[in-house]
Amino acid sequence: MSKLIVSLSPHQFGSNSVKKLMFGVLIALLPTLFVSVWYFGLGAITIIVTSVLSAVFFEYVFNRFLLKKPSTISDGSAALTGLLLAFNLPSNLPVWLVIIGAFFAIVVAKISFGGIGNNIFNPALAGRVFLLISWPVQMTSWPEPSPLSKHLLGYTDVTTGATPLGILSEGLRSGESATKLISQVPDYLQLFMGNAGGSIGEVGAAAILIGLVYMLMKKIISWHIPVSILGTVAVFTGILWFANPDKFADPLFHLLSGGIMLGAVFMATDYVTSPMSKRGMLIYGVGIGLLTVVIRVWGAFPEGVSFAILIMNAFVPLINMYIKPKRFGKNKR
Amino acid sequence: MLKTFPKGGIHPPENKITADKETVTLPIPKQVIIPVSQHIGAPAKVIVKKNDKVKTGQMIAQSNGFVSACIHSSVSGTVFKVDNIPDAGGYKRLAVVINVEGDEWLDNIDRSEDIIKEINSDKNEILKKIQDAGVVGLGGATFPTHVKLLPPKSMKPEVLIINGAECEPYLTADHRLMLEKSEELLIGIKILMKALSVNKAVIGIENNKSDAINKLETLSENYDNISVAALKTKYPQGGEKQLIKAVTGKEVPSGELPVKVGAVVQNVGTVFAVYEAVQKNKPLIDRIVTVTGKYLSNPGNFKVRIGTSVKELINTAGGLPENTGKIISGGPMMGRALITDNTGITKGTSGILILSEQESKRRSLKPCIRCAKCVEVCPMGLEPFFLMALSRKTLFEKTENEGIFDCIECGSCSYICPSDRPLLDFIRLSKKEVALIRKAKRIK
Repeated sequence: MSKLIVSLSPHQFGSNSVKKLMFGVLIALLPTLFVSVWYFGLGAITIIVTSVLSAVFFEYVFNRFLLKKPSTISDGSAALTGLLLAFNLPSNLPVWLVIIGAFFAIVVAKISFGGIGNNIFNPALAGRVFLLISWPVQMTSWPEPSPLSKHLLGYTDVTTGATPLGILSEGLRSGESATKLISQVPDYLQLFMGNAGGSIGEVGAAAILIGLVYMLMKKIISWHIPVSILGTVAVFTGILWFANPDKFADPLFHLLSGGIMLGAVFMATDYVTSPMSKRGMLIYGVGIGLLTVVIRVWGAFPEGVSFAILIMNAFVPLINMYIKPKRFGKNKR
Repeated sequence: MLKTFPKGGIHPPENKITADKETVTLPIPKQVIIPVSQHIGAPAKVIVKKNDKVKTGQMIAQSNGFVSACIHSSVSGTVFKVDNIPDAGGYKRLAVVINVEGDEWLDNIDRSEDIIKEINSDKNEILKKIQDAGVVGLGGATFPTHVKLLPPKSMKPEVLIINGAECEPYLTADHRLMLEKSEELLIGIKILMKALSVNKAVIGIENNKSDAINKLETLSENYDNISVAALKTKYPQGGEKQLIKAVTGKEVPSGELPVKVGAVVQNVGTVFAVYEAVQKNKPLIDRIVTVTGKYLSNPGNFKVRIGTSVKELINTAGGLPENTGKIISGGPMMGRALITDNTGITKGTSGILILSEQESKRRSLKPCIRCAKCVEVCPMGLEPFFLMALSRKTLFEKTENEGIFDCIECGSCSYICPSDRPLLDFIRLSKKEVALIRKAKRIK
């Protein structure tokens, strides 16, 4: 008899792996990818390919040659960061800015914190916000969406316009009524399908929701974060709208416009930067929802999801320390 | 509605390949090795010496203290030696080795197959018989049964819960017992109800054993106050606290005995041993062991005399396959890997599982991505990732506040981890260290 292997229990393990989870998220992003290419054509393709390739490149080079650690690109997390970053950019952003964004996301926000599992802030969002505050003009010029056939070759020379949230924010500031402004933006069905100006991956609410259902079915994420974010946004904007429909947009408009869907489903649910307990997830989600609405309604920026998520990322260690799962056999006294 | 515990749990592949295999009685071996410590508590005191003649069922080591259990000879023959012999884990422990000669039983043991329904013993006699028969918890924990039947005076048992969950993958010994000895089990339950003075008993069975549920449900109609609860198939459904929660809805408070919420849990194997001890005067000298594994040619359920060598048992099941990597005593989730097959079956051996080299290897550890899956599956509401992090940094004392002693070591966290992190290993390490710290504090 050959030598027996001896180890402690358990002796059997599940088939889960980081790679499987990451690729699961990538699959969940496919409908969104389709919508972004459909409406933004070559521009979207250029941004996505550049972002994914440069994210993987930076991850490989910095781990392999600077830190002399084994390469981690095969787990798919760098590619995922790259894709999520791309989805948060406008489709006519110059390629060199995309590369800088990917560099910031991977090298500054992830590797310098200790690599996968150790970053405090969502790398893709950190990259996006870095670009937004450094190159605000390029980051807020939004090409008009149009079905694939029309502008397959268009990239930088497409017509640009404001996002629905931008129209609302500008209009309210100049004293127009919310009801009237909303009638100027694409109707809700168009917003739901993605036919509106915005970052390439944030426009199609329907596609993002398909991804959410897939991730819930595959148990990649739980419902707590997306539902608490979307619920909070709906309730908070609902109260405001109910109080004064002339000054505030209705909840459905808020849910379907801007990056709230993408943020709630794909950005805030990032494992590394979200809380560990279910109750913590709910608190985190409610926080993101509140901050998003506060920034959208009263802030200088028309959109606030990225900032809200990054701010709540910073609270995650605190949430983890004080919000523990309910222990079996421990009743609150 | 199927009952279950509310939080956590996993669904490992069931792999119950021996579920339809009827129990086969293994021929009496040529030699048995019977350790004197087959239970939780003080090792029994040996009362035989070299060259003594013993009969089957004769006591060879006496219970030594309150939490201890008697050990009996499972064969008849001559004591070959009383010596320290490496056990399954490689530690030398005192054991009695007996060379088998014939099969001569003690006269007062009823060896017939007749089912005796009438319970003539009173409460004290029952307890005495169980203690004398050396009955211990056969689910794997091997806690002396008579101790469990004597709860602290301040707590009153209300319900007897019979653990037929058998949530460990692969194992089918309890399943077979429930099918083949249903009537005896119900009588055993009646005996235990009498011993505990409770008038309610519930048999909890996972619904992947619907045949056992049906059979016991039908038969239990003839017995007052015994019912069957169908449980959801989810690991660790058979964990004592999880089972109580599923059946009664009550949570055993952290650090307390189950009887605090009025529940006493006994495994079906134990119930059968109690039946034999009380009705047949038969001490615990054999048990059903599932011998299984994907590469075994003849896996099955075997009735085995305690002390039979694992090797002999595996040979009956078709011999050790070429590609064997691990031999496990128990199931894949909580069982112990053996260092050799040259060791004896003990009271707590519910199964022998053979894993191939491929199945035995652990994947290499990767960084924690904080996916919180370990938190999600922990049935005790702990944070395994955090306990492991503290343990790795040797901050053992802090793990105590994080509830490390609530951990039931079910292994769900290690099972689910996508980064293949040895969470339970580090939790065990910390548990041990905290226990030492506690002890040191007491001495001061």
